Amino acid sequence: MMTTVTMTVNGKSVSETVEGRTLLSTLLRDDLRLTGTHIGCDTSQCGACVVHVNGKAVKSCTMFAIEAQGAEVSTIEGQANADGSLNVIQQAFQDHHGLQCGFCTPGMVMTTASLLKENPKPTEAEVRTYLEGNICRCTGYHNIVKAIMAASGQDVSSIAAEQLIS
Amino acid sequence: MPKDDGIGAATVRREDVRFLTGRGRYSDDIKAYGECAAVFARSNVANGTIKSINTDVAATMPGVLAIFTGEDFVEVGGNPAGWLINSRDGEPMKEPKRPVLAHGKVRHVGDAYAAVIAETAAQGRDAVEALEVEIEEHAAVINMKDALAGTNYVHDEIGTNQCFDWGWIEDNRAATDAAIKGAHHVTTLELVNNRLVPNAIEPRCSIGDYNPGTGDYTLQTTSQNPHMTRLLISAFVLGIPENKLTVIAPDVGGGFGSKIYHYGEEALVLAAAKKLGRTVKWTSDRSEAFLTDAHGRDHVTKIELALDDKGNFLAFRTETLANVGAYLSNFSTVTPTFLHGTLMAGNYTVPLVYVNMKTVFTNTAPVDAYRGAGRPEATFSLERVIDMAAREIGRDPIELRRQNFIKPDQYPFASAAGLEYDSGNYDALMDQMEKVSDKTGFAARRAESEAKGLLRGFGVNAYVEACGIAPSNLVGILGARVGLYDAATVRVNATGNLSVMVGAHSHGQGHETVFPQIVADMLGIDAASIDIVHGDTSKIPFGMGTYGSRSLAVCGSAVVRATEKIIAKAIKIAAHMLEAEASDVDFSDGTFSVKGTNKSVSFGEVALKAYIPHDYPIDMIEPGLEETAFYDPANFTYPSGAYCCEVEVDPETGKVRVDRMTAVDDFGNVINPMIVTGQVHGGLGQGIGQALVEQTTYDDDGQLLSASYMDYAMPRADDLPFYVVDHSQSTICTHNPLGAKGCGEAGAIGSPPTVVNAVIDAMQSGGKNITHIDMPMTPHRVWTAMNNAQ
Ligand code: FES
Ligand code: FES
Repeated sequence: MMTTVTMTVNGKSVSETVEGRTLLSTLLRDDLRLTGTHIGCDTSQCGACVVHVNGKAVKSCTMFAIEAQGAEVSTIEGQANADGSLNVIQQAFQDHHGLQCGFCTPGMVMTTASLLKENPKPTEAEVRTYLEGNICRCTGYHNIVKAIMAASGQDVSSIAAEQLIS
Repeated sequence: MPKDDGIGAATVRREDVRFLTGRGRYSDDIKAYGECAAVFARSNVANGTIKSINTDVAATMPGVLAIFTGEDFVEVGGNPAGWLINSRDGEPMKEPKRPVLAHGKVRHVGDAYAAVIAETAAQGRDAVEALEVEIEEHAAVINMKDALAGTNYVHDEIGTNQCFDWGWIEDNRAATDAAIKGAHHVTTLELVNNRLVPNAIEPRCSIGDYNPGTGDYTLQTTSQNPHMTRLLISAFVLGIPENKLTVIAPDVGGGFGSKIYHYGEEALVLAAAKKLGRTVKWTSDRSEAFLTDAHGRDHVTKIELALDDKGNFLAFRTETLANVGAYLSNFSTVTPTFLHGTLMAGNYTVPLVYVNMKTVFTNTAPVDAYRGAGRPEATFSLERVIDMAAREIGRDPIELRRQNFIKPDQYPFASAAGLEYDSGNYDALMDQMEKVSDKTGFAARRAESEAKGLLRGFGVNAYVEACGIAPSNLVGILGARVGLYDAATVRVNATGNLSVMVGAHSHGQGHETVFPQIVADMLGIDAASIDIVHGDTSKIPFGMGTYGSRSLAVCGSAVVRATEKIIAKAIKIAAHMLEAEASDVDFSDGTFSVKGTNKSVSFGEVALKAYIPHDYPIDMIEPGLEETAFYDPANFTYPSGAYCCEVEVDPETGKVRVDRMTAVDDFGNVINPMIVTGQVHGGLGQGIGQALVEQTTYDDDGQLLSASYMDYAMPRADDLPFYVVDHSQSTICTHNPLGAKGCGEAGAIGSPPTVVNAVIDAMQSGGKNITHIDMPMTPHRVWTAMNNAQ
């Protein structure tokens, strides 16, 4: 059974004909070619696919496209500032080397956005707990946590001692 | 002072912008016009005879275009092991064929025996369901000891489950035995190096394409080394001429070893593309990844350390069974041998080492190199038994290590395990570790933990590893079937910007940022005007790819050599422009000048002249400014480090928490400290994961019980602490032009024994006489150990 689903994605209205079983992540990646939303697992664990639906962080691999009928969806492609520059969270990830292979990164950025909306000044422990549903295999999380705290406006120069070559 | 974007600068990564904005281009993001999908039929039994595969019904299902079975690949070659290892008796290892699709028998759960090509993956999956398959199940061979003792063979045709029985160094065997027999004290430890699944977050994906008009094949694939994949497909598996096959590895979402290797799915999509004249794509799901990506580690080891009455190490002897799984993956035979046995002298002046390594076929997924590849296993065995020995003879574990360390004035040092270490200063690393970890504050922190009812332990580790693999002539003698150089082309464009084609592949390491830093530094130009091209066999000269922490030490050295050639040629062109002898022309900071004059031309002007050679010494110099270098290292590089960690253990639950983790590493010269630090962090995360949570479990029937993120514990952010990382105590690699050693695997090598040593220390502080707990030290294991102990 094909259904037409209409929603707003990154501020643009879109309409696609999908099967009932089509996942939101599939609609975004295959139909809309917004491939920044990644698929890293099949059990809703990794968080590479996190997008926002009506302002809430959602694992897009866990939601059917038709469930997003009429919704406001935003993805990693819609996060940069209007002039194309990196937003505060994206910039903090770059400044603090919060990504390596980049595969988990879109989900991390989207999850961070929803964390900071709920809790503008999270502690280290709060950040780590909030990332429960986002797996990164590359970074050991250190620089992700640091980037998130920096994005929240906190001074991160002292939270992790690193003695580098001077 | 480093230039702000040259060598030594912590430049932020240029590749981040596309990853942070969703503009990366990973294999599965690529969609070709008219592409169709491959879906694999995989065995759900670990060991079985394929009686029949009836494709009649499936072939008529909607969207089905073609069905392949093992029968279709009987005539083509197998996927080979990259190293030939000989047993102690001189017999070559057993090398059963690894076919594109299983034929005759299936040998592990997930072994693919058929593939359906359909218009969509969903249609392909439906058709796989409709295949009528009869597989007669046999008892599975899972446990390595049973595998060696029994007559149930993974490969009937070789009549054994032992791949080889290797000794290193065989000539030292008798002397090692004698040293252990006559020693004042011998510490013996049996341990397991737990089997791990690499789990790059991007699953594998391969897209095959064929142009019937030209006979050209293209494979886009998740690979750490596209040239080696091309070579394997061309020379061993499908016989496609190398010049008719382009392998492209676009953005790759992590590898950690698992994407070094050629896999059958890559050959299948190419064969299917040829048959159908269509682009054929396969994307693994996570469950398939668990079942079919090469796993890591899986050693069972007995190690003995002999000491004299003063605590001097006399000998290390190990006996290990290493699992290779059902088929030999490309690096599976070198990983437990030359990447492991040769490191068994560690950081120590010990005179004798003997390593016995038996590799065993089982009905499990292939096992191969995973971050560290053999060196983590060596370090774990050594550093656990040393800690245990220190306890047994009542010595401080740091002091005992220091007493036996190779000293800075002993380099180059010929280790008892056959390597020549070129540089290092293990005492300086240990000093720095003690300082930056605030070791002296440990007692107070322990008291605080105890006041909360928790046990606190301090664990330490010293490691040395071998990177930058490797001199080709040496590895050739040791059985490598390839050379291990790397290559780079520096192309100066007419307008003065540069494209640098490198054989190394970046899948998180930041090459696009780091390699330009080197070239910018050498040429005195802005790094932003230099772009890196990698991961495409049609664009780069050649390359052996990225693994074994070799990108900088080997490919970076090739970049230096090619850039030196550019400078040499540019000086000749500049000499002509300046009407001077080349020997009178100096080059610094992007400017060519004539000694003792104020005459000069810029690098950009020389570049333009090379491409517009109107007034040009054409009889002496070719136009253009492009140079290629192949760099074959003179030796391995030897990164080393001293790590410590502090854990808290809850005696009520057995839960271990790593509270502090310090890594002091010697990586030689560091090009970008930010990236190097990040590499250490990642390794630490994986190493702590191995120590505490990660476990791959097959049941006796060969079912993989830990085949999803619900069952396989991936370290999460709240399992890990902030780390202290230091590389202030470096010694320079003496034999490559960058002085660089390699940093990609260190964290995963140094951390597991550190964590285990700390947990044992915590146990002892709680009055429990526990000398060893196998990884992963889950709450259940620790709690059980505590309850069983006195
Ligand atoms: S792909 Fe959605 S949670 Fe992993
Ligand atoms: S950056 Fe690679 S998985 Fe997080």
